[in-house]
Formats: sequence, C-alpha cells, structure tokens
Amino acid sequence: MFDYAPAPEAKLASFQKSYGHFIGGKFTKPANLYPTINPASEEVLAQISHGTAKDVDLAVKAARSSYEKVWSKLSGAERGKYLYRIARIMQERARELAVAETLNNGKPIKETRDFDVPTAVSWFFYYAGWADKLDHAGLGHNPQALGVAAQVVPWNFPLMMLAWKIAPALAAGNTIVLKPSETTPLSALLFAEICQQAELPEGVVNIVTGFGDTGAALVGHKDVNKVAFTGSTEVGKIIAKQVAGSNKKVTLELGGKAANIVFDDAPIDQAIEGVINGIFFNQGHVCCAGSRLLIQESIHDEFIKKLKRRMSTLRLGDPMDKNTDVGAINSADQLAKIKKLVKKGVSEGGELWQPECKIPRNGFWFAPAIVDNVSPANTVAREEIFGPVLSVITFRTPAEAVTKANNTEYGLSAGIWTEKGSKMLKLADQLNAGVIWSNTFNQFDPTSPFGGFKESGYGREGGRQGLLSYLKAGK
Amino acid sequence: MRLDVKKTYKLFIAGKFPRSESGRSYQVKDSKANHVANVALASRKDVRDAVQAARAAQPGWAGASAYNRGQVLYRIAEMLEGRREQFVSEISSLTGKTQKQADAEVSAAIDSWVWHAGWTDKIDSVAGSMNPVAGPYFNISTNQPTGVVGAFAPQGSALVGFVNTIAPAIVSGNTVVVVTSEHLSLPALTLGEVLATSDLPGGVVNILSGKEAELSSWLVGHMDVNAVDLEGTSNPTELEISAANTVKRVIRPGTYPREGAKGNLQHILDLMEVKTVWHPKGH
Repeated sequence: MFDYAPAPEAKLASFQKSYGHFIGGKFTKPANLYPTINPASEEVLAQISHGTAKDVDLAVKAARSSYEKVWSKLSGAERGKYLYRIARIMQERARELAVAETLNNGKPIKETRDFDVPTAVSWFFYYAGWADKLDHAGLGHNPQALGVAAQVVPWNFPLMMLAWKIAPALAAGNTIVLKPSETTPLSALLFAEICQQAELPEGVVNIVTGFGDTGAALVGHKDVNKVAFTGSTEVGKIIAKQVAGSNKKVTLELGGKAANIVFDDAPIDQAIEGVINGIFFNQGHVCCAGSRLLIQESIHDEFIKKLKRRMSTLRLGDPMDKNTDVGAINSADQLAKIKKLVKKGVSEGGELWQPECKIPRNGFWFAPAIVDNVSPANTVAREEIFGPVLSVITFRTPAEAVTKANNTEYGLSAGIWTEKGSKMLKLADQLNAGVIWSNTFNQFDPTSPFGGFKESGYGREGGRQGLLSYLKAGK
Repeated sequence: MRLDVKKTYKLFIAGKFPRSESGRSYQVKDSKANHVANVALASRKDVRDAVQAARAAQPGWAGASAYNRGQVLYRIAEMLEGRREQFVSEISSLTGKTQKQADAEVSAAIDSWVWHAGWTDKIDSVAGSMNPVAGPYFNISTNQPTGVVGAFAPQGSALVGFVNTIAPAIVSGNTVVVVTSEHLSLPALTLGEVLATSDLPGGVVNILSGKEAELSSWLVGHMDVNAVDLEGTSNPTELEISAANTVKRVIRPGTYPREGAKGNLQHILDLMEVKTVWHPKGH
C-alpha cells in the first residue's frame, strides 16, 4: 500500500455561523438553532434553524404567492432559462459545492467532485430543456403544473436529491418548499444563494430546514398540491397515510435491498469492481445499493477471495483526501443502526469479514464488511442496512436467482452480471425492480427514469417519466 | 479623428475563416443600396472543401454525448447574447428593420438555440420506442443523425432563418454545409465567429456565402451529402430530382417556418434515421 499526502481543500467552502430558512427569496433570522457537524471530525460547521409549523406555513404561502403571481404566468421557455442559469452557476461553483457536501456529509471528495455535483448540475440542464417542451411529455397538449410542491430529501446525496426534486418541478411550472435532511442542510442553503444569484423570482424555491416534525408539517400542509419524498420506507408509509384522502399527488422513493446477481459466465474482474461499487459507493448509504450479492455457487469461493483482496485495498479515512474510497458514516445514529444489524446478522449465522483498516479517532466510521453464508431469512438479507455491508447468498440456476432476488418487500434496483445478453434480458424481465443494471451498477443519468417497485416507492425521477410526477393533463 | 477598422467577411469552413478559393467576392449593400462589404463568393470547390470538412467532423460530433452537444448549443446562445448589438446593427443595416425589430430577431435566434439545446438528450425519449414484438426479443428503435446535411438558408432572413436552418441539423449530431442568403449574408457570416468560440468542433457547421443558383447543383448533387434542405433555393424541383440520384433526404422549401423562437421536432427528425435493434431473450 502506498502512502499519499492529503490534499485538503476545505477552505474552498465557508459557511456562515448560523442560517435561517430561505423563504420568499430571503433568509429569515436564524432561530431555534441546532448544530450541524462534519461527521468525519464531529466539528460543528454551522448552526441551523429548526423549522416550526409557522415557518413551514410562511414558506408555503410564499410558494403559493409566487406560483400565482409569477411562475405560472411565465412561458416555459423563460422558466427553462432560469434553470439553465442555475445549472451554469452550479457549474461555476462546483468545487465549492463538492467541498461543502463532503464536509457536511462525510462522503469522499472524489465522489462529490466527480459524481454528486456534476449529476446535480446535469439534472438542471436536462430539465431546463424540458420546460418549453411539455407538450411532448406524453400527457397531450398543454399539460399543467400541479401548484406548490412539498419536497423532503435525505442526507445520503443532499444536493443531488435536491436537484432531482427541484429541477423537474420547476420545469413543469411548480413552485417549491423543500426540506433538506437535518444532518446535511448546508448544500441546500448554498443552493438558496445560487437561486439568488440566478435572480430566480422570490418564493419560487423556498427551503425550510429542520427535523422530522418540520417535514411532517410541510407534507401535511393543506395548501400543497404535491408531495415528493425520498427516504426510508418507514417514513414513506407514514407520509402515504398522512396524505390519504387529500388531492395531493405523491411520489415516494424509498428503501431497497438490491440483489447483485453474478453468474459463472460473468466478466469476473469487472463484476468484482461492480459489486464493490454497488455496496461501498457512498459508504453504502444508497437506497439502490447492491447490498445482496447473489453469487452462482460454482464460483462462490473464487469470487469471495477476489472480493476480499479488492476490499483490502479500499482506503477508509479523511473524506477530504482525494484518495479516500470510504468516508465517514453520516451520523452516530446511522452508525449505531449499522452495528446493531450486523451484530444480529452474525448471531443468525452470517460470517462477518472486514479488512484491517485504521479507524480515525473522531467521527463515525464503519469498515467495509461482507457477511457470507447468509440464509434468506437472515436479518441482513432482508432489512436495509444503509451502510457498507454486503450480504452474500448463493444460487444454482437462473430461476433460483430470480426467486431469491425477488424475495424482498423492496424492488428498487438489481444488477445482473453475465456475458450472455439473452440471459440478461430474460432475467431483467423477471426481476421486480425499477432499475436493472447489467454488467454495471449505480449508473444515473437525468435522461433515465429511476424509482422502485413494491415498497421501494412509486413514481419516477429522471427522464420524461420524471416530468410526469409534476404535471397533470391539460383541459 | 480615428478611422474605424472594418471586418473582412470570409467563409467558415472546418473551423477556419478562408476566403473563397476562387478569389472571388461580391458586394453586399444595405437596405438603401449603399456599399457595406465585399463578401467571399463561394465556388464549387469551396462546396467540396466544406463537404469534406463536414464529413470529417461528423463522427466526432455524433459521438459526443447528447448532454455535451446540448451544452455546446446552449453556449452558442450565451455567446450570441453577448454579441447582440453587433447582430442588431448588421440586421437593421441590411434589412431596414428598426433597431427594435432587429433586436427581436436576435432574441428569437438566441431563444431558438436554447430550444434546440434542450432537444439533444430528449429526441429518443420522445421519438424512440421499445417495440413489444410478438416473440422473445428485446426490440428497441432509436434515432441517429443521417450524416452530412447540405442546406440553403432562407433568402429573406438575415439571422433567425439561418439559425433555424442549421440548428435542427446539428442538434442530433449531423454536420452541415450551409449556403447563406445571398444579400443578407453578413449576420450568418458573423454567426460563424460565434460558433467558432462556442466549443463547437470545427467542421460541424460550414458556412458559404454566395449565389445559391450557382452552388446548389454542386451541393445537392454531391455524393457524400446525406440530406438537403432546399429552403433558400430557386429551383427546388430540379434539385429534388438531382437529390434522388443518391436517395438523399429532402426538405422542400416552405415545409417549416424559419422565423420563430423555436423550431419543430419533425424538422429535427427529418434529418435522422431510425435504427431498430433486435436481441433474443432467454436463458
């Protein structure tokens, strides 16, 4: 193993001491403060306002007012030009956003720099181009916006999730109140500044920070027309119940327990990389993570040996180091949850293996892990861990692979590794998952719809289909 | 008193600004018949050079991601916006339009670039298809650019008509050889300077100023051109017959409006080919 000098760029992003909410184009006076930290060091980065029902109400009123007075009156072409502006400013400030995201989330800078931020930008570019083409969205002539969209996003890809929500909603002509996760609000607050720089009309985008109660107030507000949530299935169910009986249109992007199916005729080295990426990308804090390795029995031993060797080369540590592969776990709570589930999986017969690696003294860390010899009933085969933990299950035939892969309440994504195209395509037909990757994993593109079957949620984000989540047919 | 420096208006071929190889030029006059500039008068050889440049640039441009092409087209809009005044002045000088009218034309041209920029990565989502064939096959139809397009911009439009002639061709990954309006050629030639500074690869758009009647038979008859847009031609039927020799795709004059702030999806698709891929499904 080589040693590298760290390349800290922490000074590229700076935060204010405290932040209010972004309502009606202005920041409110910070109030009801709580600290947001860097999970890699536990240092406090800024004080954040914990939004109340009153804050939410003000934000929804601002969104409603701008919807009625400004945004719904603009042509699609003009709305699109605002989105292009936002995309351009995000590109200009890309490195700053990447640094801010890494500091607040704990994920490696190479991921925020090369994935999170460019992907967020691409979402704005893509949907900018849709704003004046809504007649082609598939709902017939002159489809209509829904009105005010309430959007609640998680902490695993804070800025990217924000982009996935805001870009299509604005393109379709809605105005927005967005609540970022309580642990990762900073990139959303920088985004609020970007809206100001883009001279986006006041109130079109409003950001209210806070915890679950803030989100509940937003989702439950009587004057929102659309609820879009990305997060856990548990909370998704609460939201679906909360909006029952209302006219609110809902999209939910929830948990997953994806099978990454590797056949004996797979390109093995490529599959190793895909499995590694599938579960250790972003510390496994990925709803579509390939958290179940379904490996054909005949190549189990060889594959696991190679996998362990590859895992031993992963570098865990300072997320600001450009060479870091595995960063910090986002919060103490999440770390405790991962530890608890892994312990349970071992007690139920799983064989835990982790490479030796130095764990930093401060912050929240979990070394990459595989749990082999996992039975389908094992907790780590069923429950979403949302951490860098791979459960290994074997199969003999394609039909058995399909049965085991589908044996879950979730249905977000799946991976298929085989050089045989016809087998892959048949399997893809049989798997109950919203996204199927073949001989690759964790690919995302604004042109490609993403979302789940079953308890992984409903509605799609990305592509033409993603636009439909924010439109209704014209009269 | 300081004497101003006047620009030499030249062709735009392969990302460079050559004079006509023929050494010829012609006079462009303003709306009051005063001399404005001597402009390169493109020849048959210039047509061939331009087609060669367009062909050479085509695989690279089509191979760029749709996302990248969209950003380049958007960049053209940005650069055009930054040079708005120059275009307003050229348009009003040549056409006699008021400043306000000319300004509106430039706005339409810019907005049309933005409209087209947004299409690059949406064409297949709207016009492609998964085909539910009655058998165990994966079957998908996508659209790909036809190749090199020979185009004649409308004679009566100084800028927006020109933009609405080249943008629908290049949006999908075609390259284009375009003959400008003969008498209103200056904004088109100046647009070449915008294109040259917008990260558009050299050869994607090649601009020839001159007489369409002299150039059209050579461009339309060229064996290495895949489609022709006859908007600005005076003998379109004759040219359509010539185009049939190599089964070129033809856009007849008047098919699509060219003055608006946006284009037409059908226009884009006219310059594309549908490709269907079959693959078996089964263990």
